[in-house]
Amino acid sequence: MTNHWVDIKNANLVVVMGGNPAEAHPVGFRWAIDAKINNGAKLMVIDPRFTRSAAQADEYVQLRAGTDITFLLGVIHYLITNDKIQHEYVRNYTNASFLVRDDFAFNDGLFSGYNADRRAYDRTSWAYQFDEQGFAKRDPSLTHPRCVWNLLREHVSRYTPDVVENICGTSQERFKVACELIAETSAPDKTMTSLYALGWTEHTVGAQNIRAMAIIQLLLGNMGMPGGGINALRGHTNVQGITDLGIMATALPGYLALPSERAHPDLRTFLSVVTPKLQVQGQVNYWGNYPKFFTSLLKSFYGDKATPENDFGFNWLPKWDRLNDFMYTMSAMEDGKLNGCICQGVNVLAMFPDSNKSIRALSKLKYLVVIDPLDNETSAFWENHGEFNDVNPASIQTEVFRLPSSCFAEEEGSRVNSGRWLQWHWKGADVPGDGRNDTQNIAGIMMAVRRLYEQEGGKAVEPLLNMSWNYANPEQPSPVEVTREMNGRALADLADANGNIVVRKGQQLSGFGQLRDDGTTACGCWIYSGSWTEAGNQMARRDNADPSGLGNTPGWAWAWPLNRRVLYNRASMDPQGNPWDPKRKLLWWNGAVWTGYDVPDFTAAPPGSAVTPFIMQQDGVGGLFAQGKMAEGPFPEHYEPVESPIGTNPLHPNVVVNPAARLMENDTKNLGTPDEFPYVATTYRLTEHFHALTKASKLNAITQPEAFAEISETLAKKVGVKSGDTIQISSKRGVIKVKAAVTKRIKKLRVNGQDVETVGIPIHWGFKGETVKGHMANRLTTAIGDANTQTPEFKAFLVNVKKA
Amino acid sequence: MQVDKHHYVSSATNALTPAPQKYVYQQEVAKLIDTTICIGCKACQVACSEWNDYRPDVGHNVGVYDNPADLGPNAWTVMRYNEVEENGKLQWLIRKDGCMHCEKPGCQIACPVPGAIVQHANGIVDIVQDLCTGCGYCIAGCPFDVPKQNPIDKRVYKCNLCVDRVFAGQAPSCAKTCPTSAIMFGSKADMITRAEKRIAELKSRGFANAGLYDPEGVGGTHVMYVLHHADRPELYSDLPKNPTISPMVRFWKGAFKPLAAVGFIAMFAAAALHYIGVGPVAEDDEEEKKHD
Repeated sequence: MTNHWVDIKNANLVVVMGGNPAEAHPVGFRWAIDAKINNGAKLMVIDPRFTRSAAQADEYVQLRAGTDITFLLGVIHYLITNDKIQHEYVRNYTNASFLVRDDFAFNDGLFSGYNADRRAYDRTSWAYQFDEQGFAKRDPSLTHPRCVWNLLREHVSRYTPDVVENICGTSQERFKVACELIAETSAPDKTMTSLYALGWTEHTVGAQNIRAMAIIQLLLGNMGMPGGGINALRGHTNVQGITDLGIMATALPGYLALPSERAHPDLRTFLSVVTPKLQVQGQVNYWGNYPKFFTSLLKSFYGDKATPENDFGFNWLPKWDRLNDFMYTMSAMEDGKLNGCICQGVNVLAMFPDSNKSIRALSKLKYLVVIDPLDNETSAFWENHGEFNDVNPASIQTEVFRLPSSCFAEEEGSRVNSGRWLQWHWKGADVPGDGRNDTQNIAGIMMAVRRLYEQEGGKAVEPLLNMSWNYANPEQPSPVEVTREMNGRALADLADANGNIVVRKGQQLSGFGQLRDDGTTACGCWIYSGSWTEAGNQMARRDNADPSGLGNTPGWAWAWPLNRRVLYNRASMDPQGNPWDPKRKLLWWNGAVWTGYDVPDFTAAPPGSAVTPFIMQQDGVGGLFAQGKMAEGPFPEHYEPVESPIGTNPLHPNVVVNPAARLMENDTKNLGTPDEFPYVATTYRLTEHFHALTKASKLNAITQPEAFAEISETLAKKVGVKSGDTIQISSKRGVIKVKAAVTKRIKKLRVNGQDVETVGIPIHWGFKGETVKGHMANRLTTAIGDANTQTPEFKAFLVNVKKA
Repeated sequence: MQVDKHHYVSSATNALTPAPQKYVYQQEVAKLIDTTICIGCKACQVACSEWNDYRPDVGHNVGVYDNPADLGPNAWTVMRYNEVEENGKLQWLIRKDGCMHCEKPGCQIACPVPGAIVQHANGIVDIVQDLCTGCGYCIAGCPFDVPKQNPIDKRVYKCNLCVDRVFAGQAPSCAKTCPTSAIMFGSKADMITRAEKRIAELKSRGFANAGLYDPEGVGGTHVMYVLHHADRPELYSDLPKNPTISPMVRFWKGAFKPLAAVGFIAMFAAAALHYIGVGPVAEDDEEEKKHD
C-alpha cells in the first residue's frame, strides 16, 4: 500500500477492483465501511462476480475476467476527453511534460523494439529525449507531439465506451456511471482510494493492471493524499514482509537486485548498472544511494569476511542465469532436471497452478522435504485418495520428509501488514509435539550441511562457510537477533559531515540515512532500518494516539520507510506547500524543515523549490510513462488472457496475448480453445477459509464444508443443472467435480458478438482436513504468468461444464 | 451500561478488552444487527461456537452460502443469504439469524415448567437446561422458529445473548468479534439512537424504506435489525413481518392454566394440539440427521 488500512476511512470514493476485501480482508474492510458511514464515501466494486464486497457497494459494475486494462484505459480516455484532470498536479508532479524518443512507437499491438524469437523487447526506445547535459527534455505547455501527455492521449484514444463494451461486456451506461464517480475525485479536495489484490496480479497482464490504475490516480492527483493511493491488500499476515525480503527469484532484501551471471561480473559493474542516474537537474534520485544499501547488505551477509579487496563478498552471491521462479522450477522438475526440493510455507499441490503437472513433477524427485505445521496434500501427493488424488503410490519413488513446524502464534517476531507496518507479536503457546520453528528447521539444515563440508570438503564452499552466523545458538537464531540484524548497526564509529561521531561502533542505526558504502555499516534490509534502534524495538510500540484525526497513529508499531505512513506525502500539497485539501493536512514547513503528522517523504527543500515529490524516481515525478521498467510496454495495453473465450484481440488480431509472457512448452501444449472449453473460469477465496490451510480446522470446515462452483442461471439452464447438483468442470489440464451454486450474482455477458459465461471456482478444498473431501481447483489452472512477476493466470482461463 | 468502545468504528486500533464493569442489571439491553453493513463473514457464528463451546457437524454445500443450513441445538446463530433483484439492481441481503429475545417471549409463555425459561430484568431470555423437560412447547411458542431440541439430551437450546458475558459487563461474543461493527450491543435506548443515525444515513443514500426492526407483536425485541427495506422484512430470508405469539400458546397459558394443576391431562392435550397445529419436534430431529 502507498497508504495504509486506517487511511481508507479518509476516502471519498473507495474503488474495489481486482480484489474482494469484504471476503478476503474482512477486518481491514471495516475502514471502507467507516469511510461510508463517517465520511459519506461511495463504494464501487468492479468485478466479474457480485461478491460480498459488492453487497456493500453503492455501485456494482460487472466486466469480463481479464479485461481490466480495457476498462481502465477507457476511464483514462473519459478523464482526458471530459477534462477531469487535476491539472496543477499533473503538470508539476508527473512526467506528462517529458519528451519521449522519436523512435518510440506503438503499432498493431506491439511497442517498438519487439523481438518475436525471444518474446521480449529491446526497451531502448522507451525513454526520454535528453539534452546535452544528459537531462530529460520537457515541454511544460504539453503541446509537443512527443510529450508523454500527448502520447498517452493518443494511446488511450482507441478505448472508447463502445470498445469497452465490446471487450469487457460492460454496458456503456454502467461504464459511464463508473467514469463519472471516478472523475469526481479530480477535484483537489476529493480522493479515491484503489483497493486491489490478486484479482489484478493473477493475470498475464497483472502488473499492467496496476499500472493502469496508477496512471488514473496520478491524473486525478490522488497519490500522496490521505484517502488516496494505490493499495495492495496483501493476503497472508506477512506476505508484505516476504516481498520486502526478496520474494522474487532475482531480488535481494529491500528490493535490491540479485546480480546476473551475464551482465554483472563484479561489484563495480553491477552498481554502475543498477544505480539509477539522475534525469532532471536538482532532483533527489534517492536510489542513487544504492551502493550504500547494497554494500551494507553484503556486510550483513558476510561480516568480517567481506572486505573492499574481495568486493565485500560479491562473488559469493548466487548469480542468476535465468528466472528461476517457482513456475520455471516446477517445469524443470517435470523435465527431470531437479532431484530434490525443500518446500516451506506453501502447499504446492493445492496452491500451485496445474496440480496434475505438480504431481508429475514431484514424482520425478529423489527427495522432497516438506516443512509445514500440517500433514498437507503436498507431503501426501503420493497417496491414493480415489478420485480426489488418483495416483499409484507404487510408481512414485520420491522419498518425502516431513518437518513439522510452528504456527504463527507459536513464535515471537515481526509481521509486516499491507500498510507496511512492522508489528511485533509475542508467542502465545509452545510448538506441540516434535514441531520446530522455521528458523530452527532452516538453520539446522544449514549447520548440518556446513559440518559435512567442513569434514569432507567440496566445491564452491565459500558462500556457505563465509556466511556471517553470529547467533547465541547457531542452530536457532532468535527473532530478536534476526530483526536487529535487519535494522543494521555501525561496524566503526560513524561521523557526520562535520566530523562529529554520531553513531558508536556496535550501536544500532537509527535509519538508512546512516548507511555507508565503505563497509562500516551492516544492514540486512535497508528499508527496515529504524525498526530496532538504540531506543529499542520500535515494532513493539502500542500507542494508538491519532493527533491528526486521519488515522496515522505514528506511535503504533513502525512503518517502513522511517515510520512514514503515507508514501509520496509531499504530493498532498501544492508546490508552495499548501495542502490541496486543508482537511487532509499532513505536513507543513516550519521555516527550517518539513514537519507534521507524518514523516515527510521529502528533503529539506523549502516551499516553492524545484524539487518534486517523487524522490525515489530518477526524474522526481510520478510516471504516466514507465520508461523501460515494464516487460511489455511503457503504457498498459489490452491483451487477452492466454486462454481467451473470443480467441482474438479485437484491437489487434495479430497480437492476441501478452507478447512478453513467458511460454514454456510444458504449459503451452496444455492450452485449451473456446470450441472445446467455451466458458471463462476464475478462481478465488472465500471469507470462511484461508487458502488450503483452514480446511484442517473444524470451525472453518463447518462454515464452508464442501467444494462448489458458482454459475449463472443461464448457464445452469443450458447445462441442465440446478443448485446443489454435482457438476463436472474440465479444462485442458484436468477435471474436477463440485457442487453447483446457481446464482444471480454471475451474469452472462455479451462480448465481441458472442455470449460469454463465467464460472467462479473457490479454491479451498482438497483430500486432507476436516472438510468434505474435494477436488483441488488447481487441477484446472494454467501455469503461465505475468510477464514481469510470473504470477500465474489463476483469474481467467477456459473450462467446460457438464452435469456430473 | 457503558458500551464496549471496540464496537464503534472510531479508533484506529482495537482497544484492549475492558475490565469487568459494574453492571446495572435492571437496565434493558439490546443487540443491534445492522444488516446494511454486515459482510456475511460468519465470524459471529464461529465466535458463538467458541464462547459457548458447541460444534455442529460438518455439513454439505447445497448450492448456497448458508452453513450450517439452519439453526440447531449446536448452531445458535446462522447467516442467511438471499439474492433479490429489483429494477435491474441486485442486492445480496445477508441476515444473522438467532434468538430475538422478545419482550413478550412466546417460548417462555408456552413453557410449562416454572423457571425453565427465564427473562432477566435486562430483557435477556434464557433457557435453564437443568429444568428443561424437553416437551418442545417453546419451539411452538416461538414466532421466529428459533429454539431447537438436542436429539441426545432432548433439551432445547438457543442463544442466551452471552448472558454470562453481559453480567460481567462485556458484550456478547458475536458483537465482540464482528469486524465491521455490524453487531452492536448496549442499552436498548442507546441502540435505538444508533439505529436512527444509521437509518438517516441509509435514507440519504436512497433507501427510502430503511428502518428498524423491533416488532410490536412480541412487545419489541432485545435483538433488533437495521434493514434497507424495513417495509418488507420477508426479503431477509423470511424474517416475519408481524410476528405474534400463536393463539394456541396464549390459550394454553390462559384458559387451560388453572386446570393444569389437576394433572398432566391438559399438558398432553396441549401437546396433541401442538403436534397437530404446528408439527412435531421430531421434524427437527430429522433436520439434525440430515446434517450429520
